[in-house]
Amino acid sequence: MYTSPRFFASGPSPLTRFFLYALLSVLLMIADKHTDQFSELRRVIGLAVSPLQKSAYAPFQFYHQLGQYLASFDLIEEIEQLKQEHLRNQHELYQLRTLANENRHLRALLGATEQSQFRTVLAEIMSTPRNPFNRKIVLNKGSSSGIREGHIVIDNLGVIGQVTRIYPLTAEVTLITDKGHTVPVKIARNAINTVISGAGRNHELELQFLSVNTDVQPGDLLVTSGIGGVYPPGLPVGRVTHIEHDKSMQFSRIICTPVAGVDRHRHVLVLIDLPPETTPSAEKTDLTDSHANQANQQ
Amino acid sequence: MQTKPTSNKAFGHDDLLEQESQLFASRPLIYLSLVAALLLNLVVSNNIVLSVRPDFVAVALLYWNIYQPRQSGMSLAFISGIIMDVVNASIMGQQALVYCTITFCALIFYRRLRMFNVFRQIPAILWILLLAQTVLLITGTLAGTYSSDWRILFTSLSGGLIWPFVAILLTRIRKQEINPDEL
Repeated sequence: MYTSPRFFASGPSPLTRFFLYALLSVLLMIADKHTDQFSELRRVIGLAVSPLQKSAYAPFQFYHQLGQYLASFDLIEEIEQLKQEHLRNQHELYQLRTLANENRHLRALLGATEQSQFRTVLAEIMSTPRNPFNRKIVLNKGSSSGIREGHIVIDNLGVIGQVTRIYPLTAEVTLITDKGHTVPVKIARNAINTVISGAGRNHELELQFLSVNTDVQPGDLLVTSGIGGVYPPGLPVGRVTHIEHDKSMQFSRIICTPVAGVDRHRHVLVLIDLPPETTPSAEKTDLTDSHANQANQQ
Repeated sequence: MQTKPTSNKAFGHDDLLEQESQLFASRPLIYLSLVAALLLNLVVSNNIVLSVRPDFVAVALLYWNIYQPRQSGMSLAFISGIIMDVVNASIMGQQALVYCTITFCALIFYRRLRMFNVFRQIPAILWILLLAQTVLLITGTLAGTYSSDWRILFTSLSGGLIWPFVAILLTRIRKQEINPDEL
């Protein structure tokens, strides 16, 4: 059978190539979703891209520094205010320290497990991924600063999220508003334990599976309960804003807003848990690992 | 009646230049422009800007695949997609699939698209970017990473609007790079 010779050798047709590459990317997606094999590749690419990330961030850093120079007038006033606040806080801190000491002593008497200690690392939000519905942010500190997967990220108001992927110089944080990210919380008013999950939208969290007759009111503050061992207890997470009772449903629909503002701040704190001084319970570390993995997969 | 042949002639001349300049496509320029686009994609911004900011890498890939289809291609799109996946913190291969779709559309339509000037190309670019966003949305929803939102389509709209500027800029750089003495 005669086929006319091709004038230009250009390889396989676009359609063939597209199918090949589409198949490859779909397989890659399935593999990445269900296994953890590409974390090394991600790390390598992440390291290669991080200078670019830093340089894209540099103008903003410069702008902020410039702004700080120019705002020195306001700063004098602000320093005065902060000094006063510091003095006031100092007093409370002393009280807190004595209370903490007393608490540790009492706990030791009771034989309860030691609560884990935390060291904090100040980090800056370097970039938000391009897709606004992908609820993740990137910090400018990574494993070189001691950050590990599963660490908690907070700002001055409350919980922001959890470190889910770690690169040498940057860290990726899944926000609590991410769909499928859950935090064990309790209602501060009456200590009802429950679990709050992200809705995948901005400034929205959902309290799921609370029955209609549960005592929840708009304005209730939700704090981390410390159950599960990943989140330390007592950090504010969200505030109930909207409760919807549907007679036909068994559960009420409860919408909350996160207390921490991710859009508003540039600086965040990463809580790095130090190993407890007493014998660490194996159960706890195990739990942390499984939680980190879970968050990773989501 | 008089203008038509002259414009046709001018077009033919342009086309000839285009064909010749194709011989001199430089890969470093392509890579450099893609890195610049990645840099633009990485710039920090708040959520409102983020929802209207175009995907510069997609637009740059579209440009090279329309004007230099021999020099760029599917593998380049795939690799930039993988890099964008790492940057975006999305599933590996999601953005790669999107960029391959864009490249495929460009490779099919590039002869037809080159008949128009850059401003006339906007609707076609818009459709291609819209298709890409739809692929992104569908894969994202299927993978369960985020809930769908119609505002994501704004990015393709803005991508279509910046297209002429990107195209004019890159064409100018490309033409400048070719040394006229060599021809």
